[in-house]
Amino acid sequence: MSEGHSTYTPKTGIERWFDARMPLPRLVYDSFVAYPVPRNLNYMWTFGGILAIMLVSQILTGIVLAMHYTSDTNLAFDSVEKIMRDVNSGWLLRYLHSNGASFFFVAVYIHIFRGLFYGSYKAPRELLWILGCIIYLLMMATGFMGYVLPWGQMSFWGATVITGFFSAIPLVGNWIQQLLLGGFAVDDPTLNRFFALHYLLPFMIAGVVVLHIWALHVVGQSNPTGIEVKSKTDTVAFTPYATIKDAFGMIVFLFVFAYFVFYLPNYLGHPDNYTVANPLKTPAHIVPEWYFLPFYAILRAITFNIGPINSKLGGVLCMFGAIAMLFLVPWLDTSKVRSAVYRPWYKLFFWLFVADAILLGWLGSQPAEGSYVFMAQMATLFYFAFFLVVMPVLGLIETPRRLPNSITEAVLEKKKGGSGHLAGMTAAPETKG
Amino acid sequence: MKKILTSLALLGLMVAGTAAIAAEEQNPAAPTHFPINEPKEMSWSFAGPFGTYDKAQLQRGLKVYKEVCSACHSMNLVAFRTLEGLGYSDAQIKTLAAGYTIHDGPNDAGDMFDRPGKPSDHFPAPFPNEQAAAAANGGAAPPDMSLLAKARGVERGFPRFIFDIFTQYAQGGPDYIHSLLTGYDQTPPAGMVIPEGTHYNPYFLSGVSLKMPKPLSDGQVTYDDGSPQTVDQYARDVAAFLMFAAEPHLEERKKTGFRVMVFLLLFGALVYMTKRRVWADVAH
Repeated sequence: MSEGHSTYTPKTGIERWFDARMPLPRLVYDSFVAYPVPRNLNYMWTFGGILAIMLVSQILTGIVLAMHYTSDTNLAFDSVEKIMRDVNSGWLLRYLHSNGASFFFVAVYIHIFRGLFYGSYKAPRELLWILGCIIYLLMMATGFMGYVLPWGQMSFWGATVITGFFSAIPLVGNWIQQLLLGGFAVDDPTLNRFFALHYLLPFMIAGVVVLHIWALHVVGQSNPTGIEVKSKTDTVAFTPYATIKDAFGMIVFLFVFAYFVFYLPNYLGHPDNYTVANPLKTPAHIVPEWYFLPFYAILRAITFNIGPINSKLGGVLCMFGAIAMLFLVPWLDTSKVRSAVYRPWYKLFFWLFVADAILLGWLGSQPAEGSYVFMAQMATLFYFAFFLVVMPVLGLIETPRRLPNSITEAVLEKKKGGSGHLAGMTAAPETKG
Repeated sequence: MKKILTSLALLGLMVAGTAAIAAEEQNPAAPTHFPINEPKEMSWSFAGPFGTYDKAQLQRGLKVYKEVCSACHSMNLVAFRTLEGLGYSDAQIKTLAAGYTIHDGPNDAGDMFDRPGKPSDHFPAPFPNEQAAAAANGGAAPPDMSLLAKARGVERGFPRFIFDIFTQYAQGGPDYIHSLLTGYDQTPPAGMVIPEGTHYNPYFLSGVSLKMPKPLSDGQVTYDDGSPQTVDQYARDVAAFLMFAAEPHLEERKKTGFRVMVFLLLFGALVYMTKRRVWADVAH
């Protein structure tokens, strides 16, 4: 929680000199040392830091890869293979970068689901949440364009399918599609502009991340109880408490990341992308990267026309609508209680939603035929119902469990409960305060 | 926690249920899903966290490629110098490269000329261009083999793709190549229509048959290390060699990976103990 005034006192001459001219040391001290964080944050709260290192890692590996990459349709595929074979540690850089994109999304999905579970989007954190949604959108654009760069079969056909969505938009659709492609089909101009944008967007992400962290430091972190910080005993200093916990979370995450990079580097990719793009040969199944699969399933679930909206436009609207839902979450949730810990029904629906998202992801990887279509339609229906029905209605009719009075109380209750079953019974919440 | 477990169990049931619905009966004479047979999982020396290439096997595989596959399949991305990884000395690689004729030029007079290969050259392609390759092979150019072992893989399906994470199964390509090469000579089910000029192979990824006729037969390639000269052995060796061609840094990758994992494990343990110490007097 923002304390309003700084506790930084410059100790050395050079610190005083800086502090009087540009108080950067003060900013760093106040943001990453003295900054108070709720004492009850669990490991789900380490993903912000994890995302920060993933972004830095992607930018660093990406810059070196860009030094060896050629964005020409005749050379792109071979230039990537040259990186894999001949550039010193090129295989490592490329596998770090391609798997890094996937793990960036793993982390961001956990981060988003954490926010949905603990109600982190509720006032006064709406803007913080929306900035996060913007980062997510930018990440999707970056990830998609990055996948096109190796110029494999999936790169080419994925780009063809995804840019094709835009042609469904009435009146301006074809114009937008041609602007994106730089022509009438995916070709050299497409690859070149995608490369330029793929290099630009991460820096835009970094910019929005700064805003995201700024907004965070104004309103302070939420926490598993969802109760605002009330007194000094509710918090601990960022350093050493949060830094060391974040560091441990990061190492565990990097361990899993490294496992994929070194032992299963192509597990998350598609074999077809090791075949050079061929505009005359369509792959049997065009599948996007795994992190787009739920949205891909929603897109393909709309197989029917709705009045003047044909199925193609309907699918595109639903797909973009699925992402737009996230932006509206702060106002769709009517509950006065933040955290799902105290909301038994919301908790149930939250896990059903997680299951639904995973099911949609799996359906997105399957051909859109037979029973898969119906399942995707049902899963899509639940996806939207979760946001548009469950969230607003549940907040009004659900009886939340009793909330502790403060973070400190919650922590001490939990500690007592954990120290022995009997002690927990005698200190039943009803008998206290 | 109990809730989470129940939810996960529920999810598992849902996915399993949908998978069961999806597994529809196939008519053996007119299959709709390919390959008809899944690739056989072989044991490979390069599998697993400590996997390394069997150099003798790679050398045999190279021999099969040179004497059989290279008649139609190019391997454009592989340079002769890469064959160091097969255990050859510099002198051996020079000799091997010199055995090839490379079309080079133009020289100072502006003429194209032929010269013996150098270690920095790549394997020359059997056809001057893709059109020529297609024309000579019934309309479809034989695929380049440089990345074939990574460019082919049969979808593993649920729940196997989950187990694959823990077993580190990354040999879908070589398994596929081996199965395909040993999958000829089978009689198609009664009533199946095999297009003319194609050859039935139940392991083929995208149809009932493929243009490539059975490429290997017993005794075709002479091995001088006493290995069996059978189609099965040839198929294994060439699949292993193609894995090397596609991923020459595999051994280095796994070795580096082990060091990284050990480092992260130790560093993680130290940080965890520090974290316990830091938080020892704060209830959280």
